This record gives sequence, C-alpha cells and structure tokens, in this order.
Amino acid sequence: MRHIISVLLENEAGALSRVAGLFSARGYNIESLTVAPTEDPTLSRMTLVTTGDEAIIEQITKQLNKLIDVVKLVDLSEGAHIERELMMIKVRADQPMREELKRLSDIFRGNIIDVTDVSYTIEMTGDSHKLDAFIRVLDPDLIIETVRSGPLGIARGGKRLSI
Amino acid sequence: MELSGAEIVVQALKDEGVEYVWGYPGGAVLHIYDAIFRQEDVRHILVRHEQAATHAADGYARATGKVGVVLVTSGPGATNAVTGIATAYMDSIPMVILTGQVPTPVIGSDAFQEVDTVGITRPCVKHNFLIKRVEDIADTIRKAFYIASSGRPGPVVVDIPKDVTDPNVRIPYHYPETIEMRSYNPVEKGHLGQIRKAVDMMLEAERPVIYTGGGVVLGDASEQLTALVRETGFPVTNTLMGLGAYPASDPQFIGMLGMHGTYEANMAMHETDVLIAIGARFDDRVTGKIAHFCPNARIIHVDVDPASISKTVRVDVPIVGQVSSVLDDMLRVLREHPRKERLADNIKAWWERINGWRKLECLRYEQNGDAIKPQYAVEKLYQVTKDDDFYLTSDVGQHQMFAAQFYPFEKPRRWINSGGLGTMGFGLPAAMGVQQAFPDATVACVTGEASIQMCIQELATCKQYDLPVKVVLLNNGYMGMVRQWQEFFYDGRYSHSYVDALPDFTKLAESFGHVGMRIDRPGDLEAAYREAFGMKDRVVFMDIIVDPSENVYPMIEAGKGHHEMHLSPHLSSDRELA
Repeated sequence: MRHIISVLLENEAGALSRVAGLFSARGYNIESLTVAPTEDPTLSRMTLVTTGDEAIIEQITKQLNKLIDVVKLVDLSEGAHIERELMMIKVRADQPMREELKRLSDIFRGNIIDVTDVSYTIEMTGDSHKLDAFIRVLDPDLIIETVRSGPLGIARGGKRLSI
Repeated sequence: MELSGAEIVVQALKDEGVEYVWGYPGGAVLHIYDAIFRQEDVRHILVRHEQAATHAADGYARATGKVGVVLVTSGPGATNAVTGIATAYMDSIPMVILTGQVPTPVIGSDAFQEVDTVGITRPCVKHNFLIKRVEDIADTIRKAFYIASSGRPGPVVVDIPKDVTDPNVRIPYHYPETIEMRSYNPVEKGHLGQIRKAVDMMLEAERPVIYTGGGVVLGDASEQLTALVRETGFPVTNTLMGLGAYPASDPQFIGMLGMHGTYEANMAMHETDVLIAIGARFDDRVTGKIAHFCPNARIIHVDVDPASISKTVRVDVPIVGQVSSVLDDMLRVLREHPRKERLADNIKAWWERINGWRKLECLRYEQNGDAIKPQYAVEKLYQVTKDDDFYLTSDVGQHQMFAAQFYPFEKPRRWINSGGLGTMGFGLPAAMGVQQAFPDATVACVTGEASIQMCIQELATCKQYDLPVKVVLLNNGYMGMVRQWQEFFYDGRYSHSYVDALPDFTKLAESFGHVGMRIDRPGDLEAAYREAFGMKDRVVFMDIIVDPSENVYPMIEAGKGHHEMHLSPHLSSDRELA
C-alpha cells in the first residue's frame, strides 16, 4: 500500500543522505522524496512516498525515527490529509494546436507561465492523479519536457507536525 | 583556558574520563598527535594496523562497559578502520572513532589521503559528524560520547579536518556537562501496562522459554535476568552474544540456541508456548527459517531499540526500555502477583520434556586416537583457567563455536567475540584491549590458523605494551567452518579452504619476542596449558594441532527450522528425535 510520510529533520549537511541511504540499504521502496527548510531554519521538512505492507511501513517509520537527525515524523496516510504536487510541463504549441492546448490547460486549472512561437510551459498543481490525467490527455508527441516536484502533504484540520 | 583545536580534542577526551586511545598517526592527525605527546592523562596505544585499533577499543568496551576510543588518520587510516567500526555496529558496542580529514578548503578536491569518511561509514555507525569549525569540537565530542553510550549503544565517527586542529588558532575551552538533543531521547522505563500483560502471559505459560541476547550483557542486566529466571523457574537460553549473562553451570540454563545451539535449547524453542525474548534481536543465525520459528508461541520482546521489535518476527507484547529497568519492574509485578504460586506446577511437565532432550547429550564427542579434538582443547582450557579472573576473546569460525559450546561462562563480559559481522582477525586485538583494561586478569584469544593471520602483526603491539595475552590456536589447517559447509553442501569440494604454506607459529611468536609452543598430543595438552598460563607476564602462543575433520554439531542449515538439526554422528543414529 502507498504511504505518504512527513518528516521533520535537522537542517544539517548529510541529513538527506542518511534518509536516502536508509532506504537503499534496507531495500525499501521510495517513489518520491522532497525536502526544503521550514519557517524554522534549523528544521527541514521532508515528504516521502513509499509502498509496502503494514510490517514494512512500521519498520520504515521506526528506522527513520532511529536516525539521529530525524526529530519527528508522521504517516499522513493514517488520517485525513491533503496532497499537492507541482508540475511544469513544456509542450509543442504550433498552430493548429495552440488554442486547444490553452483550453486543456484551463480545464485542468493550469497556468501558462512561458510562451514562445512554438511552445508553452504550463504550471499545474494538484494531487498526483490529476497531473497524471493531464499528461494522459496530451498527445505524447507534443510533450517536450516534464518536471514534477513529487507530492507534498499536510494533515487536515488543526493538527500540526511540530516539535 | 585557551586551547587549540588539537588540544581541545585531547582535553575533551580527558573530560570524558578516557584512559586509553588506540590509534595510528598520519598527516591529517599530526596536530592531535602533538597534543597527545604533550600530556600524560590519555594514554595512546600504537597498533600496527588501524583495523586492530578498532578491535582493541571494541574489546576494551565489551569487557568494561566504557566507550572505546580510536584515533586514525584520513584516507586509508579511516578505510582500514571501517571493518572494526562495522563489527562494533553489528554488536552495538559503544565506541568513538576520531578520524583525521584533509583541510576544509580542499575537501572534495580528491586531495592526498582524502576519502568521504562520513559517507563511507554512514551505513555502519550509530551516527557520525564532520566538524567544520574549531568552536564545534567540544560539543561534538560530548554528543558523540553521549550517543555512543546511551540507548542502544553503537560506534560514532567524528571526522576532524586538519585545519580545525591548527595549533595557531586558540579559543576558550568549555566542555559541556550535559547535552540535550531534541532529536535523540532514548527510552529508559518500559510501559508498565505492557509489563503487566507480559507477566500475565508468563503465568499462563506451560512451555515457557527465556531467550536472551547481547542486550542483557550490554545493558548490565545480568543480575536482574538471573533473578527473573530463578523467580520463574523457567528455562533460559542465550544467544552467542548473550553467553555469560546467566551462569552456564546453573541447571536452568539449557545452552546456546540457534545454528550451533544445543538440541534441548532448539527443541524448546520449537515447542515453546510463551517466548520471553530479552535484549535479543531475532538474528537469522538464531531463528533459522522464520516460517518455522517458534510456531506455537506467543512472544514477549524486551528491547531498548523499538526498531528491533517485530523486525523479522512479529511479537505479541513489545516492551521498549532499558533491559535492567524493565526486568526490575517485571520482577516487582511478578513477586506481587496473586497467581505466582502456580508457576512451578505449570511447568513441571515441560522440565521433564527438556530433561529428556538433555539426555541426548548433543555436544558429546570422543577424544580417541592421537589427534587432539578441538572440543577437548576447549574443555581442557576451561579446566585450567576456571579459577582465574578469566576473559576469552575469539576469532570467527569453528573454534568460535567450539568455545561457545564448551567453555561455560559464568559471568557477563567474559566472552568477547564478533557475533553479528563475524569478523576474522577480531580476537587478538580485542584481547589486547581487554588486557589493557585488566592488566592482572588472564586473557586468552581462541583462534584458528586462518583468523589469526588476519591481524597477527599485533603480536608486536603486545610486546611494546607488555600485554601478556595467551593465544590458543586450534590449528586444523583449514578454514574449518568453510570446510564444514563444503563437506555438507558442496560434496566435499574444498575450494580454497585449505591454508597451505602455514608459517611455523612457534618461531613466528619467538621472532616477536614471545613464547611459542606447539602441542600435538592430547596427553600433553593440560601440562602445556598450565605452563603457558603460568607465565603471567609473557605472551604465549600455543599452536595446538587439532583433528582437521571435526565438525561443529548440532547444526541447523541456513533456511531450516529449529527442529531440523544435524546431530553429531557420534550420537546413536537410531534414536527417536523431535
């Protein structure tokens, strides 16, 4: 099963590689991983998406907690939460497709953030399924380049992950 | 007090109460070596190879419970230390390893003797640090000792670039008395509700087994374990790392379990209905095939490391906490329990069954003919040394298993071996570390002719520091355990397990300034031991020629269950087993 885990970790050199190293050394799956500092510059927040059965997820959270740089973590999948991913996708936008691409982007609430005679770059956020769906409706030959952030997650309601 | 970075390193070690540092100098640590030269409180032991520095510090840590400290240079100094760091990591040994690093401005430029020490050691340390500023040295070393010795202990590497120890940069020195880390708070007490649940389960048990590991030794909980075993009347088995936590001569001790465990211990594991695992981690050499592991048991697991619990085997009652504290609470709950009186009746039939298995005498061997049996060599060693203040270290292989099976350890921290990583070359340097800590104790290293050659250069260190360790070499001319597997599983194709061109160990020992002995007749063994162990201030290297065909029994093949043991052919084959 897919799990999305949020981790607060010390914003120190090497912290990221400890997490990445743990996953490769113990053979855990890692689908995506994003990390950036929080409002407290000494802390980074990492969101990682992984898959595994109950026992594996339990081990993943325990092993992450065991890392000295990990301050706190939560498996967001255990409760109601919101996920968002950012994608920037560059598409071939020659006539006669220019209008159609604009319309498709609007339907998915994308923004065109760069325009040339031959291309659009579309910015889009949503959960990963929505971004997948947008890619599916495009003719693959039109896609020049895709870049995705991987999902970010946050719990619904007043709960917070903090120290 | 203003000190340079190098002086801060040494002063911090003093403030930690460090007596000994094992190490080897080199370019990146020259400033630190200069600071060591100019003081007398911290004694430096010069080894002959960095691997040995880590094993010696490790042996010291295992025998004393203190943190073992190592100092090596950058590049090859650090990489040579990695085997010893990984050895300590697998067995949860508290160590601090100080490694030199190239100066900060050239880090990442492939400078002379540069390696990414933090990167290389990351998977085999509890934690590691790269110090970038002289102001951070004291705090970082304090943290390193705290992390290494608290919770589930382990090695911590502190990588120190040369410019950080510059003798011309001096700053005020302050060593923090305590350290707080928001991201690291090891658990002390176990959850009382869980402990009560565990005691209830123990009181219902009809076929209980207490299975304990290195955690009881490392957590200094041997006294509590002994009290619990006596109070319950339950049988107790130890892992290889747990030997000595419970006195081996006691009738409630049913021997080591696992791949080369006793018949009674493994059968009891197979039939138990309540397993009480304490400070043990369900290693594959202990469990055998997981699907066949304790098929009828409910499992209680006490461990300081939450990640050890339900890692390979699902448990029913997890208790996270320091083993000593949890066992104290468990004993209190048990002693106050109204149903406590029933314990003895509940397990009467179980003891009869266990005593039936014991009658098989699964470790029996026959000392006949002219060749010394390795088992006999260990038994005689016990007879000669049992009244001494005795420590036994080991290398890895058949001799290690024979020692574990045939030397009954009565006290914890007396049996020192590389269990998790299985590091050949561990025994001799580890014995040096033990002897350094306990100069008046008798310290022996049981080894094989293959293992001993992996760190044999340390005979020179023994000479330099007057460390009179006794080397008990069970020489069968083979990598015995490799040979045994090849005999069993590769139709006797002994691929590269024969150690040809062995040195004359007697002369070799003599060339280092030690006493060498060669013993090849069973009748000479006891007198030779008495003579060797009588030489209190000399290293004696005993080259004992043993029967090359002897195998370690019982044996559970990798991937088999506890009830599927190979037994010694000396035992009657028609006997009904299992």
